[in-house]
Amino acid sequence: MSEVILEIRDLHAGVEGKKILQGVNLTLRAGEVHAIMGPNGSGKSTLSSVLAGKEEFEVTAGQVLYRGQDLLELDPEERAREGVFLAFQYPVEIPGVNSTYFLKAALNEIRKHRGLPELDAMEFLKVVKEKLKVLDLSEDLLRRPVNEGFSGGEKKRNEIFQMAVLEPTLAILDETDSGLDIDALKVVSEGVNKLKRGDNTQLVITHYQRLLNYIVPDQVHVLSKGRIAKSGGKDLALELENRGYDWILKESAASARP
Amino acid sequence: MSAKTPIDSGPYLQEFRRWSQSSEVTREAAWLKAFREEGLDRFKAKGVPPPNHEDWRFTPLAPWLKLPFSANPAGARGGLDAGFLAQEALSSLSGPTLVFVDGCLNPDISSFQGLPEGVDVCGLRSICERNPDAVREQLNARLRPEENPFADLNGAFFQDGAWIRVAPGAVLADPVRLVHVSTCPKAGASSHTRNLIDVGEGAELRIVEQYLSIREGNHHTNVVSELTVGPSARVELVKYQDESSEAVHLSTLLGRFDRESQVRIHSISLGAKLARNTLRVELAGPELECVLNGLYLTRGEQLADHHMIVEHLEPRCASHEYFNGILDERSRGVFHGRILVHPTAQKTDAKQTNKNLLLSDDATANTKPQLEIYADDVRCTHGATVGQLNEDSIFYLRARGIGLETARQMLIHAFAGEIIGRISHDATREAVDRIIWDHLESNPHIAAAPSAA
Repeated sequence: MSEVILEIRDLHAGVEGKKILQGVNLTLRAGEVHAIMGPNGSGKSTLSSVLAGKEEFEVTAGQVLYRGQDLLELDPEERAREGVFLAFQYPVEIPGVNSTYFLKAALNEIRKHRGLPELDAMEFLKVVKEKLKVLDLSEDLLRRPVNEGFSGGEKKRNEIFQMAVLEPTLAILDETDSGLDIDALKVVSEGVNKLKRGDNTQLVITHYQRLLNYIVPDQVHVLSKGRIAKSGGKDLALELENRGYDWILKESAASARP
Repeated sequence: MSAKTPIDSGPYLQEFRRWSQSSEVTREAAWLKAFREEGLDRFKAKGVPPPNHEDWRFTPLAPWLKLPFSANPAGARGGLDAGFLAQEALSSLSGPTLVFVDGCLNPDISSFQGLPEGVDVCGLRSICERNPDAVREQLNARLRPEENPFADLNGAFFQDGAWIRVAPGAVLADPVRLVHVSTCPKAGASSHTRNLIDVGEGAELRIVEQYLSIREGNHHTNVVSELTVGPSARVELVKYQDESSEAVHLSTLLGRFDRESQVRIHSISLGAKLARNTLRVELAGPELECVLNGLYLTRGEQLADHHMIVEHLEPRCASHEYFNGILDERSRGVFHGRILVHPTAQKTDAKQTNKNLLLSDDATANTKPQLEIYADDVRCTHGATVGQLNEDSIFYLRARGIGLETARQMLIHAFAGEIIGRISHDATREAVDRIIWDHLESNPHIAAAPSAA
């Protein structure tokens, strides 16, 4: 079996005193793609926020191990430098911060952390151009301030582009498909597929099954009321598409009964 | 309406009697003497605005009133330490440079090189002797009766200034630099300069104006610039003010722009104790574009005030105002933007934004947009924000591996960069960017800036 990248054990977390995650267990190994699906309010975004280190979320119990170390102990920037990447559901516009400058600073922080020499402007540009080519994206992305004036689709593509440049070990895609038309969806998922390697893992969080037409997960998990209610292969996603979530909710309610 | 003040204008009148006895002033032409007396009379009649005056509500004049009033002599030729000009922040810019020391042009340390055919750049005193009629026509040409009393005081006391005339079609690639330096010869030493700038049809001009002090001291600068821009001309003016933290800086820019011209005015204010920038522009021809763009950085007890009046007189003009302030410690930023759209100015596109970043709980921002619209087919927007760094933006940067301190610095720099980025002349923009970054980095509070929860 390949290396365990992420291990979530009985995770309880919430925000402003509200309990949202109530005992999540999940194990992701290198080379795998996992999908988390679930109805609105099931805790999908809380899970991604907790993993990325958003401070307003409070972990009340449980453990998250990232390559054997306690992830929850680390600041958000330390997590990123260790190889954790969150593709945001709503990427922030940052006027005045040039995209190239930002991404070069980010990549060099990560390289520094790994004991690699920092890239100068020329070397960085070379890396960036390669990645743009792989993802078939325009250089325009680099000339503008971070996400400023970008359409929803452009913002999501930019997230994938950043992911390509920063080469994370654990990538969490938080509803990357929401608000995308079919063309943008294809571009984004092709990007994700191209970035899949034997030594990394991707956690794809989505509300709809349609993303999984393009990204084929090794495992699908259904999150409901803050817990993984059901796990299965890629067929589970199709079943959800046909039958909705209700049957799982009923099933898990029945099994929870003493 | 200007309100009457209870303060005694006596010291100013008395100082004028003394000041005008100098041989430089007594040998001036009769019309100029009369002009000075008129200015003094108007100042006397208006008085100093009282604290409750609508235009000065957030900008107490106490620091100015507390200064002894001592006008610097006209026609002096003050020197400067040779190293000062070489090391000042914008010295890397090429182009003609006029250096004013305590209000008077010093030709020995100025450079008039690089002026193309059709461009006249010289000191106002010298043109008064060479071509008095031209000056007479231009002086106060842009001044309104209701203008602030310091513009009238400038009329009485102006010592010198820049005279710039650009003939139709003439183009200056490099900016003309006007470097105003105060040596703080004594407490309350006040410099009064008048810049008269006229840009002909289709001409292009860039100006970089600097106001500097060679040392800390409570001096006073009172400048009036009159800017006339002809049809289809392009003008970019950068005013960079970084004087002693005890100084009082009062500035009035009066502009009138003709059809299809493009005018960009940038005001970078690093503050004095009190810095008031009045900008009054008349958009007097159709289809012109005017950008007023400003950045103010204050700390300690500083106050920086930008007071704008943009008058749309003709149809299909665009005016955009962007002002960002970064306020630290107990300092204050004041923004007043008045947009007046006359009934004749249909299809006006006016936009006004003022954003303030508070780095301390004790800093204050006062922002006052004012739209007066008398035309029915216009697009006018305004927006103002006062706050701390955006927590979501900080998290976004951190989630990419950028440390908390660096993230904050990046965002503060970006906030300033939004404004600096609008300077279209590359070398000027890059030089200003460097100075502002150094200035921000020298602030120990930047790294520890509080952010919104």
